[in-house]
Amino acid sequence: MRRFAQLIQELELSNKTNDKIAALVQYFTEANDKDKVWVIALFTGKKPKRPIKSALLKYWAIEITQTPEWLFTESYTNVGDLSETIALLLPPAQQQADLHLHQWIEDLHGLEGKDDDTKKAFILNAWNSLETNERFIFNKLISGNFRIGVSAKMLVNALAKFSDLDSAQITHSIMGKWNPYEITFHDLIAGEHVNTDSSWPYPFCLAYALDTEPENLGDINLWQAEWKWDGIRGQIVKRNGELFIWSRGEELVTEQFPELHFLLDSLPDGTVLDGEILAVKDGAVLPFSTLQQRLNRKTITKKELENAPIGFFVYDLLEHEGDDFRQEILASRRKALQQIINNINSGQVLLSPVVEASSWDELAQERARSRELNSEGLMLKKLDSLYHSGRKRGDWWKWKVNPYTVDAVMIYAQKGSGRRANFFTDYTFAVRDGEKLVTIAKAYSGLTDQEIKEVNSFVNRNAVEKFGPVRTVKPELVFEIAFEGIAESKRHKAGLALRFPRILRWRKDKNASEINTLQDLQQLLQSTL
Amino acid sequence: MALIKFTKRGIYCKQGDFYVDPWWPVDYAVTTHGHADHVRFGNKNYLCHSLTKPIIKSRISPDLNVQSLPYGESITRNGVKITFFPAGHIIGSAQVRLEYKGEICVISGDYKIEDDGISTPFEPIKCHSFVSESTFGLPIYKWQAQNVVFSNIQNWVQNNIAHKKTSVLIAYSLGKAQRLIKNLHGVAPIYVHNSIANLNEVIFKAGVALPLSERITPEISKDQLQNGIVIVPPAMRDSRWMKSLHHPVTGICSGWMQVRAHRRWQSADAGFALSDHADFPGLLQAIRQTEAEKVYVTHGFTSAFARYLNQIGTRAEVVSTHFGQEDDEENKVDLNKAEQSSAKKEEA
Repeated sequence: MRRFAQLIQELELSNKTNDKIAALVQYFTEANDKDKVWVIALFTGKKPKRPIKSALLKYWAIEITQTPEWLFTESYTNVGDLSETIALLLPPAQQQADLHLHQWIEDLHGLEGKDDDTKKAFILNAWNSLETNERFIFNKLISGNFRIGVSAKMLVNALAKFSDLDSAQITHSIMGKWNPYEITFHDLIAGEHVNTDSSWPYPFCLAYALDTEPENLGDINLWQAEWKWDGIRGQIVKRNGELFIWSRGEELVTEQFPELHFLLDSLPDGTVLDGEILAVKDGAVLPFSTLQQRLNRKTITKKELENAPIGFFVYDLLEHEGDDFRQEILASRRKALQQIINNINSGQVLLSPVVEASSWDELAQERARSRELNSEGLMLKKLDSLYHSGRKRGDWWKWKVNPYTVDAVMIYAQKGSGRRANFFTDYTFAVRDGEKLVTIAKAYSGLTDQEIKEVNSFVNRNAVEKFGPVRTVKPELVFEIAFEGIAESKRHKAGLALRFPRILRWRKDKNASEINTLQDLQQLLQSTL
Repeated sequence: MALIKFTKRGIYCKQGDFYVDPWWPVDYAVTTHGHADHVRFGNKNYLCHSLTKPIIKSRISPDLNVQSLPYGESITRNGVKITFFPAGHIIGSAQVRLEYKGEICVISGDYKIEDDGISTPFEPIKCHSFVSESTFGLPIYKWQAQNVVFSNIQNWVQNNIAHKKTSVLIAYSLGKAQRLIKNLHGVAPIYVHNSIANLNEVIFKAGVALPLSERITPEISKDQLQNGIVIVPPAMRDSRWMKSLHHPVTGICSGWMQVRAHRRWQSADAGFALSDHADFPGLLQAIRQTEAEKVYVTHGFTSAFARYLNQIGTRAEVVSTHFGQEDDEENKVDLNKAEQSSAKKEEA
């Protein structure tokens, strides 16, 4: 555990990718094999199940430190992280325990189903045996995520450097279904498990946003343009008589979409499709807000099935007749894919259409229609491109339409968490509704550190009211908010909700009387229905 | 009648007709220590501890009219007896004890409980009313013993030297810099920025046993610096000179480094929780030992700390001051200002 705590500290202290990779490689060189498996699991979001609620941890910490609850809250506001707040509040440890990371995880696992007294005794004893920074990690194992700026790619690169294996192969190995309690480190990175497991998906091929004029991409005839759909990117895997649906977040979502289960019978074994999960009616794509009604539901009502029927628009073919097909060029993959989709003959699983154009100008005109089709713009793919693992520059580009924008005034500010725990970084924005202001969105990205400091000092000087970490501020600062879509919403006072709102820029040239009105947004909503 | 009043010029003793650490010019200013938020230019007369005298003459102006006293000795002004007691914050820092007709008030300025090896250690003084800071007045702030922190710094430095990196410690010129020099003496040669070297000379001349450190000049090679410890004030961070060093890595020594969010926001390569202010248990211990009936809480987490004191049975009140706003880098974290201004708003 001490070695893992040291790793976390090293990773946190550097912003440089090379330093982080070096720290990871060093860790993989020194650490216990079972611990390494868990580090990979934790850093790729395979959290062990929570044996104890974080509310209980807080309660016990308050009890043994005799801290009034309001003071705990003040401390938490200052620290910005529950696990860390508890670790700092506790008195120094009276004993030492030098257990490995995997031992702690196994012991915590063993608490499942035990009564609260047993759990409490275990936790208090652990707290009393660990240094402050180890305690923080221990609490995180129970209650949180390790957000320490290690991307999956960085982890894979470190493992590749450490093991001399190919990074694509490692990505593949750690992405699939594996059980950190059982697998050995060697088998995991060598990918022993992926052959025996029919579920494993391939890493998605991702695209960068086009940062130049499309003319610079050369002859349009070398490219294939497709609509960029606004849904959930997904992979459908059919092997050994089993069907699996993966989302891009590496989650298995098979159960959520019964409309696609017929593929179990109509797809041949050894087929993997890349595509977009969408709400589809009569072959047309419905807005994302419709799809949203179907996401993360444990049970689905008949009405929901009717209102938001799920479909799958297929982009690509990754495995064909049991063979990895990713090294074939796009044109060949598309041809084989066409055959498969034709055979399915379904109204819900369709080939995502190619957008035909004989010049870049003509294609730009097509792109202008994106919103009418509930698409976000175009994807440009080179006809001779292979299916890469992850993001690679050059072969695939996103050519999105510009976002909608609205000028709004900031009316609430809240402190951020993590690195920004002491700055007001989360803002709520309002537009004008007659004489009143009505909130339309909350956003917390898009400003530079310097701008955050400026806004922070404005909030400190202009706070009108204080509700815990939230400040009501004088409506003075105007921001241009970009968003991807707009939908009716009963939950929001304004009667509408913006999709993916973020701060585009700070309009220092505007004052609060010049912002948009609720009517402006209602008009936009009507025009998109 | 109370011995002190909080006025817009500063803490005022009417019976004695003088101010303690005023922020606007007055006739007679009693000064707790040499940080700029506690001692300002423009007062007609200054009274401070003997070691603070050369410091403020050097930092503000040699022409200041300064009278000084050693710890424990008193002078009387209009019937009010004024005595300095060590505050343990930095060299020459003092708590000001006022006594008038049996009524005792102690204004502690900034203080810490732990003996840092270079300042005269804090001494608790019994009094009726006590003015306390609360820079780290939340229970998450608990310091490790300084020998633990210094051994961490030592390991960091030695590791840097082995990896051909230059160790740069960021420390305020008055106080933290001397504490580092004293406690890191012998680990590696210490090189200091001009502003620190100038103060060191003053402090050395005043008779404090400060180990030698070398002033950084263009003649000192980058290789020498790489094999030593470089100490510079916060203003030098991100300077072009810093970037010219061999693979510079920065370490910040401040109580704020206790919390990950602060460490990451400062984006230093290393953070060491080493403070010249009392931690939460330290503040409580100091206050308990004064046996004061009333505590005035000045700068820091004022509202939370005062509320806690009241809850544990010590009458406490937040007072608004201009302390903690400049010069002492530990007070420079924006959060602290935010807390102060919000506390001020609450009172208003």
